[in-house]
Amino acid sequence: MLAEIDNLRISFPTPSGFYEAVRGVSLKLGQEKLGIVGESGSGKSLTARALMRLLPSQARIEADTLRFDGIDILSASEQQMRAVRGKRAGFILQDPKYSLNPVKSIGALVAEVWRLHKGGSRREAMEAAINLLEQVKIRDPHRVAKSYPHEISGGMGQRVMIAMMLAPDPEMLIADEPTSALDATVQAEILRLIEELVSERGMGLLLISHDLPLVSHFCDRVMVMYAGRVVEELAASELSSAHHPYTRGLLDCIPSLSRPQERLSVLNRDPAWANP
Amino acid sequence: MTSRVKSLTKILSSVVLTLLGLSIVTFLIGRVMPVDPVIAAVGDNAPEEVIVRVRAEMGLDQPLVVQYLHYLGQVLHGDFGMSVLTKNPVAVDIARVFPATLELATGALLLAALIGIPLGVWAAVRQGRLVDQIIRIVCLAGHSVPVFVLSLLSLLIVYAKLGLAPGPGRQDILYDGMITPVTGLLSIDTLLAGDLGAFCDALAHMAQPVIILAYFSMAYITRMTRAFMIDALKGEYVITARAAGLTGTRVVWGHAFPNVAVQLVTVLALTYAGLLEGAVVSETVFSWPGLGRYLTNALMNGDMNPVVSATLLIGTIYVGLNLLADLLYRLLDPRVT
Repeated sequence: MLAEIDNLRISFPTPSGFYEAVRGVSLKLGQEKLGIVGESGSGKSLTARALMRLLPSQARIEADTLRFDGIDILSASEQQMRAVRGKRAGFILQDPKYSLNPVKSIGALVAEVWRLHKGGSRREAMEAAINLLEQVKIRDPHRVAKSYPHEISGGMGQRVMIAMMLAPDPEMLIADEPTSALDATVQAEILRLIEELVSERGMGLLLISHDLPLVSHFCDRVMVMYAGRVVEELAASELSSAHHPYTRGLLDCIPSLSRPQERLSVLNRDPAWANP
Repeated sequence: MTSRVKSLTKILSSVVLTLLGLSIVTFLIGRVMPVDPVIAAVGDNAPEEVIVRVRAEMGLDQPLVVQYLHYLGQVLHGDFGMSVLTKNPVAVDIARVFPATLELATGALLLAALIGIPLGVWAAVRQGRLVDQIIRIVCLAGHSVPVFVLSLLSLLIVYAKLGLAPGPGRQDILYDGMITPVTGLLSIDTLLAGDLGAFCDALAHMAQPVIILAYFSMAYITRMTRAFMIDALKGEYVITARAAGLTGTRVVWGHAFPNVAVQLVTVLALTYAGLLEGAVVSETVFSWPGLGRYLTNALMNGDMNPVVSATLLIGTIYVGLNLLADLLYRLLDPRVT
């Protein structure tokens, strides 16, 4: 089991006491593709970040179990965490416009991560970086390696991000809305690339998105989160037979060509779902 | 490449225009001062015909535009006129006093930056913790205690009571006139002369004013670095760097700091310009024969040429340092073309 989470709770201090943003999430992830969907604020990103302990320092994290490959994340030292971050689990952020350091060249960004985990000379690292850029299907990797993040497109930026995170050959990849900042045509390309690399390398994938059909298409299992809880978990193929009214509501909101609706349904929320 | 040449041309032409504007302003300052330069030169009791003659000799009976063009021509030839007070050409006076200020300012800036930048980064990383609070108080004191209070206290305690540092002045009487000025910077001239004793003496004399000026500048540099750094540390790319497994030090100095460097260049350039303006108070308390003292002295005595020339010099320093900062942006931030 790569990731094991049981009863994870994340809360933030507010003037009126702690606010619980994640309220008892449990999940298990092996060498498979798990998708987490939910609206903004449902706690899906926080759950993923907690697994790599990348939350802001004021966040309070509690869990019965929070383990990566047997390592207890809650009690791990910063040094142990660095052996997990990057090296064993990669993390792809949402928007390459902000997630790539603007003052570093693409080549330097990828080479730095490679060298950090694999050692070797600067030249070797740069060669490896160019090789990685090729693997994420960037044409003309030599030229791209010399350019800066603001000089490349969003889609290419996300490929660079993937190359950075693949550099240490991790066993698991967490992708936090990796395509929501991209054009619709590029989205599919990036997801296909991620899927290809994940299957090729036999990695586990945690894909976070708010796009239900997209996730069900690329993942084996889907978890639906609402207000800091998992409301439904099912195999991607069984999505159409989902039971929970929230999941049903999400599905009904998707306009479809084969099943035209006079008026698109409105997503209804029931406060009771938040406190079962 | 051509866009780069274009933007450089734009910068340089704006620099030239700014300098021309500056020369007009300094020229006008000289003309509107409530001091008659003729009376200042010949004295109150000079007969009427002498005053008229001297006025014509000084070209002050000409229209303003003609006077300005004449002034500009002189300035471009390095002729800044004579000082009534010292009876020296102003250019010679400034060449003598400016290195003293340059030495003080450069020493203070280096010390302030070397301490202030790491302190600011540290405070940002430990935002809200005890270290941050301590640094905040240290900086607050640096900002709010007047320089003359610190200077006088320092003289009283370090020099008079403890005898740890020499008193006011740039060097001991022992070495007076022993060192041939080459650069005008005593710390360098003494080394060039190979006189280690004089070198140590020069450094010892610099210590108090440099440290006090540095403390004042450091307070500002630290606060600015902290603010920039807190902003940079919120960047998504910092999460990327951490997610990739980089150490905290490397995330802070290798990823966040380079993004702050651009903004810091401006802060350092302006701080340096402020210091080069001549710290009148420190120079007075420490009897430091620098630009600030020269300028105030001339001002008090209505000696116009030094005032105008020193103002021009200070303005040019601001323009020059701004230009330098502008060029450094291009090196530090790939997004600026």
